[in-house]
Amino acid sequence: MNFKNGEWNESINLRDFIIRNYTPYDGTSDFLAGPTEKTKKLSEKMNELLTAERENGGVLDIDEHTISTITSHKPGYIDKELEEIVGVQTDAPLKRAIMPFGGIRMVRTSLETHGKKLPEDIETIFKYRKTHNDGVFDVYTDDMKKARHAGIITGLPDAYGRGRIIGDYRRIALYGVDKLIEEKIRAKKSRDAEPMYGDTVRDLEEIAEQIKALRELKAMAESYGYDISGPAKNTKEAIQWLYFGYLAAVKEQNGAAMSLGRVSTFLDIYAENDLKEGTFTEEQIQELVDHFIMKLRLVRFLRTPEYDELFSGDPTWVTESIGGMCKDGRHMVTKMSYRFLHTLKNLGPAPEPNLTVLWSENLPENFKHFCVQTSIDTSAIQYENDELMRAKFGDDYGIACCVSAMEIGKQMQFFGARANLAKALLYSINDGCDEKSGIKLCEGVGKLPDGPLNFDEVLEKFDYVSEWLTKLYINTLNIIHFMHDKYCYERIQMALHDENIRRTSACGLSGLSVVIDSLSAIKYAKVTPVKNEDGLCVDFNIEGDYPKYGNNDPRADEIGTMIVKRFMKRLARRRTYRNSIPTMSILTITSNVVYGKKTGNTPDGRKAGVPFAPGANPMHGRDTNGCVASMLSVSKIPYEYAEDGISYTFSIVPAALGKENTEKVSNLSTLIDGYMKEHGHHINVNVLNKETLVDAMDHPEKYPQLTIRVSGYAVNFTRLTREQQLDVISRTFHTFM
Amino acid sequence: MQTGLIHSFESFGAVDGPGVRFIVFMSGCPLRCLYCHNPDTWQQDNAAQYTTDEVMTKILSYKNFIQNGGVTISGGEPLMQSAFCEELLSKCCENNLHTAIDTSGCIPLSVSENAIRKAGMLLLDIKDIDPDDCEKLTGKSNKNAIATLDLCESLNKPVWIRHVLVPGYTMKDSKLIKLRELIKNYTCIQKTEVLPYHTLGRYKWDSLGLEYKLENISPPDKEQIAHANRLLGITK
Repeated sequence: MNFKNGEWNESINLRDFIIRNYTPYDGTSDFLAGPTEKTKKLSEKMNELLTAERENGGVLDIDEHTISTITSHKPGYIDKELEEIVGVQTDAPLKRAIMPFGGIRMVRTSLETHGKKLPEDIETIFKYRKTHNDGVFDVYTDDMKKARHAGIITGLPDAYGRGRIIGDYRRIALYGVDKLIEEKIRAKKSRDAEPMYGDTVRDLEEIAEQIKALRELKAMAESYGYDISGPAKNTKEAIQWLYFGYLAAVKEQNGAAMSLGRVSTFLDIYAENDLKEGTFTEEQIQELVDHFIMKLRLVRFLRTPEYDELFSGDPTWVTESIGGMCKDGRHMVTKMSYRFLHTLKNLGPAPEPNLTVLWSENLPENFKHFCVQTSIDTSAIQYENDELMRAKFGDDYGIACCVSAMEIGKQMQFFGARANLAKALLYSINDGCDEKSGIKLCEGVGKLPDGPLNFDEVLEKFDYVSEWLTKLYINTLNIIHFMHDKYCYERIQMALHDENIRRTSACGLSGLSVVIDSLSAIKYAKVTPVKNEDGLCVDFNIEGDYPKYGNNDPRADEIGTMIVKRFMKRLARRRTYRNSIPTMSILTITSNVVYGKKTGNTPDGRKAGVPFAPGANPMHGRDTNGCVASMLSVSKIPYEYAEDGISYTFSIVPAALGKENTEKVSNLSTLIDGYMKEHGHHINVNVLNKETLVDAMDHPEKYPQLTIRVSGYAVNFTRLTREQQLDVISRTFHTFM
Repeated sequence: MQTGLIHSFESFGAVDGPGVRFIVFMSGCPLRCLYCHNPDTWQQDNAAQYTTDEVMTKILSYKNFIQNGGVTISGGEPLMQSAFCEELLSKCCENNLHTAIDTSGCIPLSVSENAIRKAGMLLLDIKDIDPDDCEKLTGKSNKNAIATLDLCESLNKPVWIRHVLVPGYTMKDSKLIKLRELIKNYTCIQKTEVLPYHTLGRYKWDSLGLEYKLENISPPDKEQIAHANRLLGITK
């Protein structure tokens, strides 16, 4: 291959390689190729498998006998003759593996759910061997267990893989595995003279594990007939090499989100070279991409029903970040950016991989229109603000999961799920007691005087509860991640990182809009608690109207900013595991339904059990001034206090976007531009009619590929639980026509 | 400063003028169109009062969204509050925002002319080409609407004609042909749109205690709409 040399030849430096070699593309989508015959056949086979999986209740097959590792399974194929890119997690596509090191209990329950039993020999192993989950529960304090049980802190990765780590899979293609092993050996050796205290020993053991994982990666590739010890020599190899790296990761880790990173522009460098040298035609390159994407669509993990309730629709968050701007002022859109998005057409829409466009006003208009047209056609894309993120993470970051930006190969996060802020508000009103059980979790809050709630008094108590909650929350995360590193270390993903990396403790908030509206109601209307016989506030009488979040009304929106800032400032003061930097997201995924279920009546008039709005969305039906007003409210939440991401899901009926297609495209593009200029961070775009969703609920067979965006990811609508389907339908659809 | 009676705002209008638009719905309308889907804007008693500056503050907060679109003043009949519209339109103009008035043209020019002069364009609803039928359908003849159109022609003010297609009333070949004859005399008309009658605002009549007289009329189907478009010379 004919590459421009630079720093990347001296040390591992992907960014340097990319910016020296990539070719920005300003043209239209006209060059794109449709599916080849091979692709059509393979895609048909894939769809048959997916249908069989759906008909089988969501899980096609499980190998319960083999603990999954990088090399545990023999090669598997959809159809060996047709596949240009090979490799599946086990010896057959969609056959799920067991990954017990996060927690054996979760594996046991999952198997039982699907009518299987954990084999004796595996049970025996875990009589002698602890898992991450065991470690965490050995150390959890009573307060932590109570908080977890009450649901004020939930969704914690204490029983399964934490995920949200992106290996820099591109390194394998650019350097080959031998070079990576060499670098790791050198890194370990360079620390020989250090005093062997706890931290150093842990680091060295981790590097040793990384080296082993890289060797296993090579062996796994060999079993598929590939020698990946050296660099990839063309597009096909580049895709295959990096996919083997990703595959090794999903063979060993069932992390909640197993994101891919930012590979498309990197791969375009190989494609441009091959096109120039005549190695491949455009059709062949698109074929390689299509086959690669098919593989990503087949990634599966074994989950429990409780897990599915939180993260519905069997998501894996194979997030790929596309586009964005380079620090030198060029945009980073390449033909490969188009090819990746084009798979939604060649293969039909699907939720995975989670295609994420890093949006900037300065992206080429042709590309913006292509993305937006794809959104209108498929509702499968999310957009994130490259201007905001580039300032903090440079121009080689990727999105882990839904909204979490991180510099690739140089940064990882300790995923921390989220705290239920609506519940925290109820604890402030109830002297620290849980509104459902009456059990006191937070000591020393003190009772509020009888009668209508006073804003300043409630806020003071809320501050007190927040102080308690942030402390408990970070301590809980510290335990979880200590144990995860110890018992369920991500060997291969971390092997594809630098040795010195930045770590964040990624906390999260749920129920933001409920808290904003509740505090606004207390401030601007008259809210009187209704108490039960034990003196617990179980309901609220609201007299008068109040400004609601989602209407671009500064009175409500300022409360939102205040809450976010205060909570983040408290988190920032805590001492964290491995000196990670506390950050916060406002993202619920689909867990807004479960959080709502666990939370009593709130002072905004929301009834007990009613789902929260997802992410940073306004509550359903309360944003009554149209979608731009709603976007402006969301965009006012300060990103610098929620650097792990602020998720907003936007749904609109096609006719409300404009009359002609060209108008729809340009109006939607204007909306996204406007939202980003106002510093909005993330937006899911759904262009759908409510009636379609209602029909799909009753006739799932008619809509096998109906994809919708929910908080931070896309799901196949028919794979959501009925409860979640109803929640999606009840959300605001902007319909003004 | 002028004060206006306002029914509501919509921050994302994509079908009332070019591009993404902020829409101000003014309260009050002298017409009583049988098919009206916003009868809640007829009266002014429940309206909120805003000064033009207050509305401008709102509009400007949307600037990043509406720079390539603009502001549409709709209603109700906005030109009932012509002085308010005039002032608001001037302020939009000072801020380089494109403006449109969405009107039935039923207000006499003696009242409406100054505001019309200030608007970037008009969305003009010719309710019924026949003056007498128009009175039956809306309560008033169409003569002020035609006068409004004449004024726009003399000012070279761009106009989009909108025409609600109501089966049994305006959906007649003879009427549509007549309308086309009228339209072709005006160079200020840039676009003609057919708005098919719909029943989405039907529930409002009940909640206001009003009797809905079009009970037995169903919205036109695709073919009827296409036919009307053909008669009006609209190519899609």
